[in-house]
Formats: sequence, structure tokens, C-alpha cells
Amino acid sequence: MSDRGFTAVAGVNLPLAGRRNRPSPSFAGSAAGPVNGFFEWFGSLGIFSWQVLKAAVTPPYEWRELIRQLDEVGSKSLPLVAMAGAAIGVIISLEARYSLSRFGAKSMFPATLVYSVIQVMGPIITGLVVSGRVGAGIGAELASMKVTEQIDAIEASAINPYRLLASTRILACVLMLPMLTLATDACALVTGWFAQNLVEPLSFHQFISSGFNGATFNAFLPPTFKTAVYGLIIGLIACFQGMRTRGGAEGVGRAATNSVVLGSLFLILADVVLVKFILVFFP
Amino acid sequence: MATAYDIPAKQAEPEQDGRASVVAVENLRKTFASHTVLNGISLSVSRGETLAVLGRSGTGKSVLLRLIIGLETPDSGSIRIHGQDIAGLALDRMGEIRKKMGFLFQHAALYDSLTVGENVAFPLVHHRRDMSRSERGDRVEQLLAEVGMEGNLDAMPSDISGGMQKRVGLARALALEPEILLLDEPTAGLDPISSGEIGDLILKLQRERRMASIVVTHDLHSARTIANRLALLDQGNVVIEGRFEDLQQSDIEFVKEFLRQS
Repeated sequence: MSDRGFTAVAGVNLPLAGRRNRPSPSFAGSAAGPVNGFFEWFGSLGIFSWQVLKAAVTPPYEWRELIRQLDEVGSKSLPLVAMAGAAIGVIISLEARYSLSRFGAKSMFPATLVYSVIQVMGPIITGLVVSGRVGAGIGAELASMKVTEQIDAIEASAINPYRLLASTRILACVLMLPMLTLATDACALVTGWFAQNLVEPLSFHQFISSGFNGATFNAFLPPTFKTAVYGLIIGLIACFQGMRTRGGAEGVGRAATNSVVLGSLFLILADVVLVKFILVFFP
Repeated sequence: MATAYDIPAKQAEPEQDGRASVVAVENLRKTFASHTVLNGISLSVSRGETLAVLGRSGTGKSVLLRLIIGLETPDSGSIRIHGQDIAGLALDRMGEIRKKMGFLFQHAALYDSLTVGENVAFPLVHHRRDMSRSERGDRVEQLLAEVGMEGNLDAMPSDISGGMQKRVGLARALALEPEILLLDEPTAGLDPISSGEIGDLILKLQRERRMASIVVTHDLHSARTIANRLALLDQGNVVIEGRFEDLQQSDIEFVKEFLRQS
């Protein structure tokens, strides 16, 4: 990698601003060297991740900023994921009832809804919704700070921007995604049951006991806590895109868009690996 | 007989004891892509001294300040702060050195989501953790009073003028009582009255605090008002360095042209 700003691999931290003398590698690469661009992007992301990790585990810890970010990522995303969960619950309920009726397996409805929501739809929908809201927000905020030299001002004030800005946001995403997923799941199950109840009366107690019948922790905890990895991806990509932005308002827009697009893409790709991992280690 | 270019006898005199350089830059080179911005320049500043770096746009004046505070990395050459070479220092170690430095950005670079008071308090919150909230509040008020911004504690940066933003930026730069002050175009974009006020303010702070200062500016008038020494940059090199009289007496065509046009 040619960028002097990234010689941190040798154990030296160089300033974020030191990268401005070279064009930032884009994920898709340039027309001249898409392969180089692709690998440079991943190399830069790897070094960025190392810097953030180092900053996160060494004091001073930015508790106040972390709490602010937990509120920003968690509480403020709650209405959105709750609504998304509610909609998904109704959709799965309608689809499942129709499909199961065709195969004469209507009794399987509660279990189908519960497993579909908790193992598949709840985590992925929460991840995508948070990627859209929080990823874009972090990407745009940090990019705007970058182009107006506010991140340089933080660094000039002897404050590590990886610690203050990146590690707090990433950690907030990691901690909040499983919590938000639980909220999505709960809303989806309630509205799924409600939609079913309108057609065929079924008590909530009966629905839950039938749905969770024979279920183990392995069936539900790994799919919920895998969303911590989604949080890591969303936070990391958004902070990376934001803090390396160049080019004024256009750069800010690009950072926000890339944060969402790449965050969502990697989240779905990671899910492929995570599902296999869960099936192997938590059968 | 006094001329329009006489240096006002206002500046604080630099320290004479030992003359150790607080900031020393040697053979500094910096290239962006294929464009050489700094081509092996050497400069130094002692305690209590103010060096004004002048030159046309794009001659690397701001880059020089960014290199000194470690926001850019040089291609070659050394930058010594209190004798310590800052090349290759880890971010946290560099942070310890930065605590002794105050930096005023060209566009102030205030945190736009924080109030004026919070902007000034920002370095104190992070580096003076032993300070109580009331002590910090008093210190912020004192700093804002020093730069003539008392009463604007709760204003947002977007609600104040460019000159006021620079004053707040200066108060923030002074919050940790730096030994070195780096000012990037402190009067650029300001009307002559605001520009004069900022110049007077820098002079006053300089007299009171005896910092080593480097001021990057286009403004020859404010440079000769606030600086003990001037360095004129062109094409990445120091064309001339000295007192204002030295520039006036120079036979170098670029220096004559610069003085004529300023």
C-alpha cells in the first residue's frame, strides 16, 4: 500500500489528515486499478480497525460519549425497529397461514412464526433498519466533521479521534443491536399473533407455549446475539467511511451513501457465514 | 522619519536566556501527489517569540503548521518540539506534545453541535478531569473574556460571525495554557476592524503569556504588527527570513514584488 498515512502497520500512528495527499481507495477501485483499489480499501479498513481497537482498550475511556451514543443508536432507533418488527410479524403471519393451510399443517403456525421471526427475520430486519438509520447518520456526521476540520481540531486538542469518535460509536452499535433485535422480535410476535387471532381466535398464552414448545436456548440466543456482529459491521464501516471523507458536500453525501450500502451488503454477506457458524456450533 | 512599513514597537521581546528553540524545523519536505509544497525549509522559534510566515496562496504555509502539530507527516526532514523529534510518535505520545500547543484553524473549526462555552470547555473536559464543573465554568468564562467574547457562552457557532468564531477558536486554543501557539490565517476573511482587533488580541496574549508563536498569514500589515520575525515562502522555499527592515532592504525581486503588492 502506497499511502504513507497507513504506515501505522509498522506500529506508528499517523494522523488521519496525513492521508489527504493520496486519493482514498474506493471499495470498487478506480477504473485504472479496480483490483488494487479493492485490496487497498480492505487494507485501509484493517488498519483503521486496528487503530480503533487499540484506542478502545487503552484509557482514558470516553464513558460520557459512549452513553450518548448508546442513546443515539439504541433509544432513538427503537420506534423504527418496533414498527419494522410489527410489519414483519403481520407479513409472516399472513404468508405462513396461507402456506401451512395448503399443506395441512396449520397447527405448526405458532412455531413457524416464532422460529421465522427469531432466527431469521428479526435479526436481519433489525440489522438493515439500523444500517439505514444509524449507518447513514454516523457516516454523514463524521464526514461532515472531517471536511470542516472538526476531526483535525479534536486531534490538535490532543484527543484521540479513534477513541472519542469511532470506538464509542462502534461499541454502541455492538451493544445495542441485540437489544433492538429483541424489541423487533417481540413486536413481530405480538402483531403476528394478533393478525392470526383476527382470523382464527388463539390465546396469546397458547400461541407462545405452542411456539416455544421444545425450544432450547441454542435455538434463540445465537441468532439474537449474532446481531452484535452486525453492529460491529455497521459501526465500523460507517466510521471508516466518515473519517476518511474528502471533497466537501459531495464527499459527505458519498460517505453517507457508502456507509449504508456497504454496511448492508457486508451485513448480509456476514449473515451467510454466521448462519453456518451457528448451525455447526449451536446445533 | 517613520514610514508606513516601520514595525510598531509593540511586540514582546523573545527570550534571550539560552535561545533554545521551542519549535525547530529542519530540511522539511512535503509533497502532495506530484506537487512539492515544501522543499526543504528550516525555521525555528524561541519562547516569547512570534514568527510570521508569509507567502502567496498554495506555498505551503498552512501545511507547515499542520506538519508542526502532526496533522500531516513530512516526506523528510525533522520537526523538534522542545528538542524532541515528533516523527513517528504514537498518537497518544503525540497527544502529550499537543497538550503544549494551541492551534487556531483558518476557519476556526468549531464543533458545530456544541455551544461556544462547550467548545472552549472541550479540551478542559478531556484533559483536566480533576477540574470541578464550576472551576471549568469559571475558566471558560475567563478565557472568553480574554478574547472579548464574554456573554456568548450559550451561542451556537452558526449564530456568530466569522470574527467571533475566530475569537472562540483562539479561546479554545488557549484553554490548556499552551507554550506554543500556531495561528493559521487569523485575520483572513475579516473586515479591517475585526482584523485589527484580532491582531491586538494576539499581541496582548503574546505579551501576557510569552508563548512561542507561529502565525501564517497573507496580511503583511498584521504580520509586522504581531511578529518579531518574518519568513517569506515561495515555491516551497524560505526566500528571506528576518525583521521587517530586512525584507524592506532586500534586493530579491520576489520580496520587492511581495512588499509592493501587500
